[in-house]
Amino acid sequence: MEAVVVKNLTKTYGKEKTVAVDDVSFSVNKGELFGLIGPDGAGKSSIFRMLTTLLLPDGGSASVDGHDIVRDFRQIRSSVGYMPGKFSLYQDLTIEENLHFFATVFGTTIEENYHLIQDIYVQIEPFKNRRAGKLSGGMKQKLALCCALIHKPTTLFLDEPTTGVDPVSRKEFWEMLKRLKEQHITILVSTPYMDEASLCDRIALIQGGKILSIDTPQNIVNAYPDRLLAVRAHEMYRLLKALESYPAILSSYAFGEYAHATLADTDTEALQAYLRGQGLTGVEVKDADVTIEDSFIKLLH
Amino acid sequence: MKQFLAFVRKEFYHVLRDRRTLLILFGMPIAQILIFGFALTNEVKDSEILVVDYAKDNASWELLTKIGSSRYFNIRQAALSHQEILSTFRQGKIKAVVVFPEGFNEDLLHHNKAQVQLIADATDVNTANMITNYLSSIILDYQNQVNANLQMPYRITPEVRMLYNPQLKGAHGFVPGVMALVLMLVSVMMTAISIVREKETGTMEILLVSPFKPVLVIFAKAFPYLALSLVNVTAILLLSVFVLDLPVKGSVPLLFAESTLFIITCLALGIFISIKTESQQIAMLISLMGMLLPTMMFSGFLFPIENMPVPLQVISNIVPSKWFYIIVKSIMIKGLGISMLWKETLILLGMTLFLLLISLKSFKIRLQ
Repeated sequence: MEAVVVKNLTKTYGKEKTVAVDDVSFSVNKGELFGLIGPDGAGKSSIFRMLTTLLLPDGGSASVDGHDIVRDFRQIRSSVGYMPGKFSLYQDLTIEENLHFFATVFGTTIEENYHLIQDIYVQIEPFKNRRAGKLSGGMKQKLALCCALIHKPTTLFLDEPTTGVDPVSRKEFWEMLKRLKEQHITILVSTPYMDEASLCDRIALIQGGKILSIDTPQNIVNAYPDRLLAVRAHEMYRLLKALESYPAILSSYAFGEYAHATLADTDTEALQAYLRGQGLTGVEVKDADVTIEDSFIKLLH
Repeated sequence: MKQFLAFVRKEFYHVLRDRRTLLILFGMPIAQILIFGFALTNEVKDSEILVVDYAKDNASWELLTKIGSSRYFNIRQAALSHQEILSTFRQGKIKAVVVFPEGFNEDLLHHNKAQVQLIADATDVNTANMITNYLSSIILDYQNQVNANLQMPYRITPEVRMLYNPQLKGAHGFVPGVMALVLMLVSVMMTAISIVREKETGTMEILLVSPFKPVLVIFAKAFPYLALSLVNVTAILLLSVFVLDLPVKGSVPLLFAESTLFIITCLALGIFISIKTESQQIAMLISLMGMLLPTMMFSGFLFPIENMPVPLQVISNIVPSKWFYIIVKSIMIKGLGISMLWKETLILLGMTLFLLLISLKSFKIRLQ
């Protein structure tokens, strides 16, 4: 069963017709945790806003729970949950007041769906009389998720929920999403963080309004065509320069404390010798585990 | 309905938790009433008057006591020459000089004709006019008193009555004006800002993606400001009755009904501005420049409309506050009823419906 179906969706902005979303198609199964992974400006938010009926597409079509995003926008609005990229709750209302307000606006009560938010809400409940504007980034995120969940949505749209949140809170947030999946809620989440991609059931890598690849994170990693090497030396900048000038190099880029590189041949000994010949010290070359980020970079070129 | 009430309650939280909003809402009307009532008055009170009395007789003394006992003048006696009078004027401390010539009483009794000279500082024309008028009327009054026993043939005494405002109180004109001003400011600006704020902070996005009807969002936001504006009307009326001694001559319920109508006009305007703007600053600027200035200029409250060039007179007709000002003035001061005001009321009603219609038409249920 498909919860979200997107067909050839296109969105342009302004008089210059800047293309934000370019002929995008994908579908999300019921109960799936689907990730849209891509850098800022890739078109993730535009896709989310079209699916939540906030924007009209310029081309193509899409449906959420079988409802057309243009024609049946009312049904979609009452059945989905949406958490915009920017923190969008009332800063001068307390945690409890925010939650109560959104529950009432959606025609429900906190008590009725408390079981859905319980896990998350208990963490912020000690501060329920604190105003939302005075919360930390992680707590704001939890509150926003509670507010988006309180009406038991069939599909949840989370636009960059972990941007600007500390690593510990990010980890907690993803654990919460996993638990929500058990409640059979379809979740679409967008993020610029590649390391979060592996936590999704399936992902779509997106850049410049176009989808580069859609698959499970494992399959995307497995589909990496080349042998990926991790190279290290004492001086990173000179190492990168040297890699670029190596005759058999296909690609090279900094990746944490290593440089990742792919070669046209398989001769790692020759590479080591070349780098030492360039005067680099502490040279180390080994096989690297392919990550989503490597796949993404590969797809970009 | 439950949703609507939750929304209204939320809106009250916003207002009551923001000190600046509270200050504008309730501080401003009170400050304006007090400022216009006491500071910016064009009444002449306690003006310094210099008296040069060459006569020093019975009649001049009686007339002086009469002038001095009025609360408008403070008398300073001085025996000066004409030259010195001019230099005293230049110091700017006195507003007028009253000169009694020698033999004032004699002339009055024997020739039936005596002269008093009034010299006023006309750098401020209005004040000079008012002072000489007051002085003349006091002198006339004295003359009638003296003549009471005598039979004079052929005498025309103009009996002037200042209708609706016999004491010529300045407060009469400005209370309706301030009311129009305050309601315009509170209703237009506050509504516009509060709706645009939801757009700016992104909460509008969440509200749109909810079963709550977008149009209801607008009404739910406008409703609290209607209530708060009515509180303001009450405050202004209480201040004007108990602090400025200006009673409401006409029907109070009618006054409130007309105020409610005008508030709704303003709310519709505010909603329209909020739909057309994207930031709180722009909404505020438009509300201030586009609403406040026309209200000050074209309502007839500061500048009489009849004195304006014809094109401006025509423009004044599309300013809602002009009609509200006329209505409030008529009810409060003249005590007129709806039978005399149906025309103005109808115009205001028409404007309101028109504004509501174009607001609802241009309201977007999506982001673009």
